[in-house]
Amino acid sequence: MAELLTKFPRRRTVLLASLLAVGMTATACSAPGEDRSSTQKSDAAVKTELGTDPITLEMYAETGFPLAKALADEFSKQHSNVKFNIREDQFTVIVENAPRVMASDNSPDIIRLPTMVDLVKDDLLKNLDPYFTAYGWDKFPASQLMQLRVGDNTRGTGSLYGMGLGYSVTGVFYNKKLATQIGMTQPPATVAEFEELLAKAKTGGVQPIMQFNKNTAGINFPHQALQNQFGDPTQVADWIFQKPGATFDTPAALKATQTIQKWAQAGYFTKDANALDYAGMVGEFQKGNGLFMFNGDWESANLDKSMPGNVGFFLFPTESPGGKHVAMSAPNTFGVSAKAKNPDAAAYFLNWVHTNAKAREISVTVGGSSPGGPSDLPVPSAAPNTVLAETLKASQQLGAENGAVDFTANATGGIFAAAITPEMQKLIAGQQTPEGYVKAVQAEYQKELSR
Amino acid sequence: MTSALGSAPTGRDDRRARPTPTRAHRSRWARAAGTGWLYVLPALVMYAVFVLRPLVLTLQYSLYDWNGIGVARWVGLDNYLTVFTDSDLLKIIGNAIVLIVFFSFIPVALGLLVASMVRRITTGAFGTVVRTILFLPQVIPLVAAGIAWSWLLSSNGLVNQALRAVGLGGVARAWLGDFDTALPAVGVIGAWVLLGLCTILLVTGMSKIDPALYEAARLDGAGPVREFLAVTLPSLRQEIGVCLTVTIIAALASFDIVYISTSGGPGLQTTVPGLEIYRLAFSQRQVGLASALAVVLMLLVLACVLPIQRLSRGEKP
Repeated sequence: MAELLTKFPRRRTVLLASLLAVGMTATACSAPGEDRSSTQKSDAAVKTELGTDPITLEMYAETGFPLAKALADEFSKQHSNVKFNIREDQFTVIVENAPRVMASDNSPDIIRLPTMVDLVKDDLLKNLDPYFTAYGWDKFPASQLMQLRVGDNTRGTGSLYGMGLGYSVTGVFYNKKLATQIGMTQPPATVAEFEELLAKAKTGGVQPIMQFNKNTAGINFPHQALQNQFGDPTQVADWIFQKPGATFDTPAALKATQTIQKWAQAGYFTKDANALDYAGMVGEFQKGNGLFMFNGDWESANLDKSMPGNVGFFLFPTESPGGKHVAMSAPNTFGVSAKAKNPDAAAYFLNWVHTNAKAREISVTVGGSSPGGPSDLPVPSAAPNTVLAETLKASQQLGAENGAVDFTANATGGIFAAAITPEMQKLIAGQQTPEGYVKAVQAEYQKELSR
Repeated sequence: MTSALGSAPTGRDDRRARPTPTRAHRSRWARAAGTGWLYVLPALVMYAVFVLRPLVLTLQYSLYDWNGIGVARWVGLDNYLTVFTDSDLLKIIGNAIVLIVFFSFIPVALGLLVASMVRRITTGAFGTVVRTILFLPQVIPLVAAGIAWSWLLSSNGLVNQALRAVGLGGVARAWLGDFDTALPAVGVIGAWVLLGLCTILLVTGMSKIDPALYEAARLDGAGPVREFLAVTLPSLRQEIGVCLTVTIIAALASFDIVYISTSGGPGLQTTVPGLEIYRLAFSQRQVGLASALAVVLMLLVLACVLPIQRLSRGEKP
């Protein structure tokens, strides 16, 4: 390499330059990318029969999320002509790969989806409206599938483009032993009570909150929990769904940011939060090194195993007593690729996941989440005195209160990595003001929407 | 090249015509050259497909606004304008330049020191052990090094335990999560990885220096320092050049260590161009801007490395 640079004979430099020039002219004629805007027909005839022909469904699922494989295995057991070929990757890798994998000739039939709007824009996702009608998914609570609808480049309304393999709920896990130690007898009913518990823990020498903030901002969990309570949650939802005129620069977001700053200054987060990643957080919490952890029900089964009987869960409390609970809750979204070879079988599988009794049971026991589906089907019960039973109950309560909102981190493809994470890291280290934080997040949001 | 190949007579004609020595010489040369090109053809094809083509495509993409899938929009030099005006991107390029101190200057300086110390013990079993230990960090995958160091530097890691043990608990902190120490901490990891490489290269260079030069210097009354400055350093110019070239490229194009140990945080404190290019292209799907930053990074590497190459070869810059 080093020698190449200076000792390159002139003749070869000329040759290299001409090769480059040839390459340039060969490629520069056409702009990269292809126009795939041939709109799919949403009223195309669909089959709701699986048939008996052998089928291999290609699935692209998330590593560390065993539910997809468990469901696939059970499905194959019930339908011997259907086999699954499952490729797994870390979620962040799927986020990066999904568009290219779905545009390729080996596009999977069923794929774990990150954000959907871009994929719909690029015509990579199958419109599930015909299946919605054919299978009668209108019997599902409408709010369940709302986050999976895309229309006019915004989410929340329009055609259906995905289904959930389980519907997750988030809240606060707590260490029961430490809770007793600081005198917490029942989950806090208001934000003020929650803050009192934080203060008590701090003075009692117990780490109040164990929350990661490396790689991605885990402190966005408590931030949004506060933001949901300090204002109208539909404002938050509108912003996530990119409704015109929606802004992050609201009094609710500012108050939430000020509260996070206050908590950081009071030492409620660990000093090394910016160097703590997700796995580290869960590990520390399991070791009993923190009272509270903001997380989702996907950890329930794991926590029941690692700290049996010693872990509880509550939905983040309301601002005023008796108020409405609001929590980040999202489907573990799976979609059908526009280039899928077996779209009917894929849709059949998604319908089966929501309606088959055994599948619903697997969703609860393996996935730890509510299985969704029609409201008249019973929710399988979890073993008593487990945190899994508590998260499942919380999920039903949230559904009854209609308090589910998506994650602010999902508002745009880049908002989490480009704004929320670095700015939140600055905020808790005292390098950013609350005003600066909301403005920075909104600025990145506008930048991305204007593209 | 092809004309020489074309005019080469076939072997049979060759025999029948009994050519003059000069013609025979020429045709042999032509045949040899033609065969030579055939030999390098596979490598050339690989080079064209995996180096030249991506290079050209990157240049092309950098002129478009493209999400990697849909239709691209021609934007001319707008992406380059963004690279040179966006304060975040400028800070990111600045981080890479700071890393040069840790990845290049410190390993080369320390490498010279260590090499002069171990120069006399390079032979025998002990010498082999010393060389192996010094070179070991170079063998360890960067990802493993990043993970190991992030444990060492964590708030309860060995570094802080050691500090507390000697009564310096006040200094202890999460080195990779602190705004003031994250970038130097990443730099230390890089210095550790590259020190071995530099030392081995320099020791090898020193072993080639004529011992007579040292003898002459000593006869002239030079001490160890004078000996080092007058004999060792000038003789190692080429090796130092190679060390600087390799380590500066490692600093500017760093990715693995940063991605594993800090992911670019806290804030943008340790984000480097390599990481940002990857994020822009694959998570934010701004292939055009990512390509422009990649081209700028390439030019930056050349701008740093070419003068060093000329200097180390004794040409005027």
